[in-house]
Amino acid sequence: MTSFSSLSLYSLTIKPPSATQDAISGDFIGNGKQQILTVNGSRLAILEVARRQKGFQELYSQDVFGIVRRIAKFRLAGGTKDLIVISTDSGRLVTYEYLPDEQQFKTVHFETFGKSGVRRVVPGEYLAVDPKGRAIMVASTEKNKLVYILTRSGQTDIAISSPLEAHKPHTLMFCLIGLDVGYDNPMFAALELDYSSAETDATGEAVNDLHKELVYYELDLGLNHIVRKWSEPVDRTAHTLFRVPGGPNAPSGVLVCGEDNITYRRIFNNKSQVHRLAIPRREAATEDPNRKRIIVTGTLYTLKGGDFFYLLQTEDGDVFKLTVAAPGSSVEKIMIKYFDTIPLATSICILRAGFVFAACESGDRTLYELESLGDETDDPIFESSQFPVDPLTPYDPPFFRPRPLSNLTPVESMPSLNPIMDMVVANPTLEDAPQVYTVNGSGSRSTFRTTRNALEVLDLIESPLPQNASHVWTTKLTAEDETDTLIVLCLHSRTLVLKIGDEVEEASNTGFMLETNTLGVQQFGHDCVIQIHPRGIRHIQSISFPDESQPAAVHVEVTDWEPPAHRTIVACATNNRQVAIALSSGQILYFECDNDGSLAMAEEEIAVEVTVNCLAIPEVPEGSVRAFFMAVGCSDHTVRIYNLSPDMDGNILRSISVQGLSAQPSDLTINTMSDKSPRGYSQYLHIGLHSGVYIRSVLEEMTGEIGDTRRRYLGPGAISFAPVNAAGEPAVLAMGSRPWLAYTHPRTSVLQLTPINYTPFKSAWNFEGAQFKGIICVNGNELRIFTFEALQDNTTFESIPLKYTPRKLVNFHDLGTFYVIESDNNTMGADLRKSIMELNKAQENGVDDAGDTKTNGDMSNNHSEEDVLSPADFGYPRKQGWWASCIQVVDPVSEHAVVDTIELTENRTAVSVALVYFDAGDDKMPYLAVGTATELQYSPLRCSQASIMLYKISPSGKKLEFLHETEMSDIPMALLSFKGKLVVGSGTDLSLYDRGTRALLRKALTSNCVTTRIMGLKTQGSRIIVSDQSQSVTYVVHKEQVYPNRLIPFVDDTVPRHTTCIEMLDYETTVGGDKFGNIWIVRCPPKVSEASDESPDGLNLLQEKGYLGGAPKRLDLAAHFFVNDIPVSIQRTVLLSGGEMVIFWAGLQGTLGAMIPFRSRRQHKMFQQLELQLRNDDKPLSGRDHLAYRGYYTPVKSVIDGDLVERFLVLSRDKRESIVGQLTGNWTSEAVDEAIWNMRGLYAF
Amino acid sequence: MADKLRAQQHLEALQARYIGIGSADTTRHEWVNNIQRDSLSSYIGHPPLLQYMSIGLGQSREKTRVQMLERMIQPAGPPPKQQD
Repeated sequence: MTSFSSLSLYSLTIKPPSATQDAISGDFIGNGKQQILTVNGSRLAILEVARRQKGFQELYSQDVFGIVRRIAKFRLAGGTKDLIVISTDSGRLVTYEYLPDEQQFKTVHFETFGKSGVRRVVPGEYLAVDPKGRAIMVASTEKNKLVYILTRSGQTDIAISSPLEAHKPHTLMFCLIGLDVGYDNPMFAALELDYSSAETDATGEAVNDLHKELVYYELDLGLNHIVRKWSEPVDRTAHTLFRVPGGPNAPSGVLVCGEDNITYRRIFNNKSQVHRLAIPRREAATEDPNRKRIIVTGTLYTLKGGDFFYLLQTEDGDVFKLTVAAPGSSVEKIMIKYFDTIPLATSICILRAGFVFAACESGDRTLYELESLGDETDDPIFESSQFPVDPLTPYDPPFFRPRPLSNLTPVESMPSLNPIMDMVVANPTLEDAPQVYTVNGSGSRSTFRTTRNALEVLDLIESPLPQNASHVWTTKLTAEDETDTLIVLCLHSRTLVLKIGDEVEEASNTGFMLETNTLGVQQFGHDCVIQIHPRGIRHIQSISFPDESQPAAVHVEVTDWEPPAHRTIVACATNNRQVAIALSSGQILYFECDNDGSLAMAEEEIAVEVTVNCLAIPEVPEGSVRAFFMAVGCSDHTVRIYNLSPDMDGNILRSISVQGLSAQPSDLTINTMSDKSPRGYSQYLHIGLHSGVYIRSVLEEMTGEIGDTRRRYLGPGAISFAPVNAAGEPAVLAMGSRPWLAYTHPRTSVLQLTPINYTPFKSAWNFEGAQFKGIICVNGNELRIFTFEALQDNTTFESIPLKYTPRKLVNFHDLGTFYVIESDNNTMGADLRKSIMELNKAQENGVDDAGDTKTNGDMSNNHSEEDVLSPADFGYPRKQGWWASCIQVVDPVSEHAVVDTIELTENRTAVSVALVYFDAGDDKMPYLAVGTATELQYSPLRCSQASIMLYKISPSGKKLEFLHETEMSDIPMALLSFKGKLVVGSGTDLSLYDRGTRALLRKALTSNCVTTRIMGLKTQGSRIIVSDQSQSVTYVVHKEQVYPNRLIPFVDDTVPRHTTCIEMLDYETTVGGDKFGNIWIVRCPPKVSEASDESPDGLNLLQEKGYLGGAPKRLDLAAHFFVNDIPVSIQRTVLLSGGEMVIFWAGLQGTLGAMIPFRSRRQHKMFQQLELQLRNDDKPLSGRDHLAYRGYYTPVKSVIDGDLVERFLVLSRDKRESIVGQLTGNWTSEAVDEAIWNMRGLYAF
Repeated sequence: MADKLRAQQHLEALQARYIGIGSADTTRHEWVNNIQRDSLSSYIGHPPLLQYMSIGLGQSREKTRVQMLERMIQPAGPPPKQQD
């Protein structure tokens, strides 16, 4: 007998991380253009930037299932494209070639060099490549360095040598680059620090005498040997290097950057050849003139003629252009000039096409266009001759004034959730599916974002109609037309025909019957148009507009076909050569196009006993005279398929197959959509039901069989369809309670169903005009045309700017308002900023009175400019040890803005927040409790004063009114509304407070409830789950029948987990995330859980002895999974309308993920086997063992990695079949596809 | 005896190759230093952790990285005085 764990989850990434570790530009396709390679979390992506499409396009991305640390590119002489090398935690050096045709990364080299994991002495932290692509160096933070030599063997292959070692013990490395030495022996430069002398020095003086050294390693290609060729001491604060171009006419060497320090050093330098620059500082009233900056990132750009410059960014975000004056390849001086200010970036890439890509540390990644190279602006230029070589000798610091962008223009930004600080899934807007509310970003670039699962559309035209319309069609006039000419609208018992031209106006004399409802319009045969209405079919021949600009049409002949007496047409289906109509009597009549374009009725007809709801005929396949099948939706919950082309006996309209449904069909359509079949496309039957369910099945083109079915509930209301073109691909619009698009995902080629971010509409049709293509739709008396730009991203964002780094978010669901606490460390608070500005102004005015007026004018002008500089672009002035903090009220529902801001003054910072419903008092409104700390400092954590501030919320929820402040003994990091009172976790103490008129009143206290520090609280019933900073969770029970109330911890965990967020799944079970990127579920044993609630006074719990210094009992681990991102918020929620509960989490780096519980044992078994197969047959690209990666700290338990399973969808057919062949339980490739699709489609998006 | 010698040599070889392999003579200070250096290099090496700390400290990732590296020089203060 096999035993199963009681819980199993399927982990899916809904939104991959958007924090960029590194970005480089290069030609990875080999088409002579530049792309950008970025790495976000464990995902490698190639982005293309083109002027034509104005922005980014992601060409390819893939999860490598490893912690990626650095990326680099190399190209051997004679190569046509750049190859990629990455360093990960796999202990292997892996290089790839991107194959654009196959759309995949091909592994070129796969060299194991050390243990896996991110370790101190396993190389991987630093990665450098010789600019000529001849060698790669990988290094660890301490001691180890390995060099691989790359050589060309044969025409195409690149051979890699075994590694050469250049270890040096007791040496820390700060930076490593490959030097440009032309075709001399490859050379690497490293910033190293040898701490061995301080290791044994008990006096502690040697540590002050340590030198940082710039070390050159030369790879002797002849001897196959690496030597430490030269070293020289550099500035102690140096931390990063940039290479200076070498070769015949270039100086070669390095730029060494440190604090307030940029130094040029020649290779094998002697003292006289050092050129040093100080980093210019901002000049402003609120800036500290003595604060020194460092360079955080930068890039070298070489111009065509061999000239080069650097863009270097400081920690404020100011970008400087650094140029080197090197006549005759020896450097005379280096110059620095302010360029522009852009958000703080991790990498800056300059593209030859004139774009600058900034992978920002926080917020959206932005693309700028390079307007000029900064030569025209009149910012001061500083030269190295102004500054002494030794940074310790005194000098005049350089200053500049920041100004708005002048050399760069932002072109486009790529929405990034990174970093997510907190998240809530809620539905205050009362849509059918909940929205994801996150607070993102850091510093002045913080935002409040609403994320929805919806497709973004581009609104093109919006125009009113004279009357409400129920249906819309567009039609061409002849089969050869490329664009549509007529728009036909079905108004209430009237039909309106519009002509599309320069203007849209009503067409006259088109031959259409206008005093009736229209059921269908079709361009028929060569040059006819048919209109189907309840009382017959009107066949109009050769409509044309003699004068293009006039709405008057002429037509040749109008023929009417009328149904038998007392019957009306209830449904119709048409294509260019076939018409089928269903009569109210249940008959279905079938017509084909005659030679002269007229309607020829077939002798056969179908009689069904029930009402026909809908009909569908596909378009005529290319090369055929008719479509082969017709689908009929009947009121007896079936869809029947009939043949339209004669079968072997020459009969048509024979029943081929029947599909039973769960409800009455409301609409049908058949189209051809691209998919993963060998041909690349298949014919699909789309069925909409009155119950709101959408069904898509493959309709076999030859046999008419129905198979490979996908079902999904789209919301209440009957569904109708419109086959359309979305972003160049055939798709189907499904209109129910809101419009959805069913399309093929451009990359994975699987069916995607996504709601459209647009007003609901009842009828739509494809629209192909001369100027644009799109979709025309009617909603009431409005006619709209919109189009889809891209189908890659199935989420839309709305963002509201916030003031400082958001820390926590609470949601007042009843009123749809959110309360955010924000704080920025080492930043001047608003009060301090204001007082400094006022002081400054006063001083200036003083000068005003004395000095002459002309200069004064200039001065005040400058300062008013300063006020204009928005903190969103330039950040806030910094001040060591100070906090800027505020509470903001955000209304994302009606006002889409921040509605109230309360700045905290006197170096106070908000650390926790909760909405609290107090029993005391009779008002129904909750209060906002905010935990604050004054003069907060980290490591060790301390503050001068801690308190809880209580705010009254106005009836609209949009204003806060300060009530009172209660001093606390320790920082209250966690607050929770509990049984009409407030539970506070301050330090290690858990206490219960009630509201008094002047302060909070303590009702219960358990000191030393946890070991380190209470960071979070959750509750159900009388139970409180307390999460500790480093010691996992403790369950506490509240006993209210004794006085004073008791809070008794009764069970805790065995493993130290640095908990960041928790959520209760049920009364016994808690899911949480930790700082190292794990998600885990712990469960209280049932007996312990029962015992905790047994006695009313908890005496049995108090009498139990603690076990090993903790609570008396221990929790069981139910699941564990490594996600490579720090979960900051976890919630048990529904994501879709009619969906099931999932565990939804948000990660710091911008990941949104879901953990979906398995419901069927059979499926779980299949997924388990599939995961196992994929681990072996589709090994992670990084060379990391997948099982080891997901069990990075603790072995993975009861979780199946959906991201790996979804790789199955993009594998080749052969590989898929071979994997499926090894699964037990009669699975077919299609059934596995469907199971994978259902896991995402029915629970998440 | 030969086995013991070989085991001894093996241990010495490992100690030379990998930092942090202790012996009977490892002092508390050496051990603490090792743990701290391992932790600090782990903070630098895991991008989400580095970002987490940088946001907390309100500074750029590069600055946090350099601060951590500088702390690796002497994470647990100067070594204790040798007592003879």
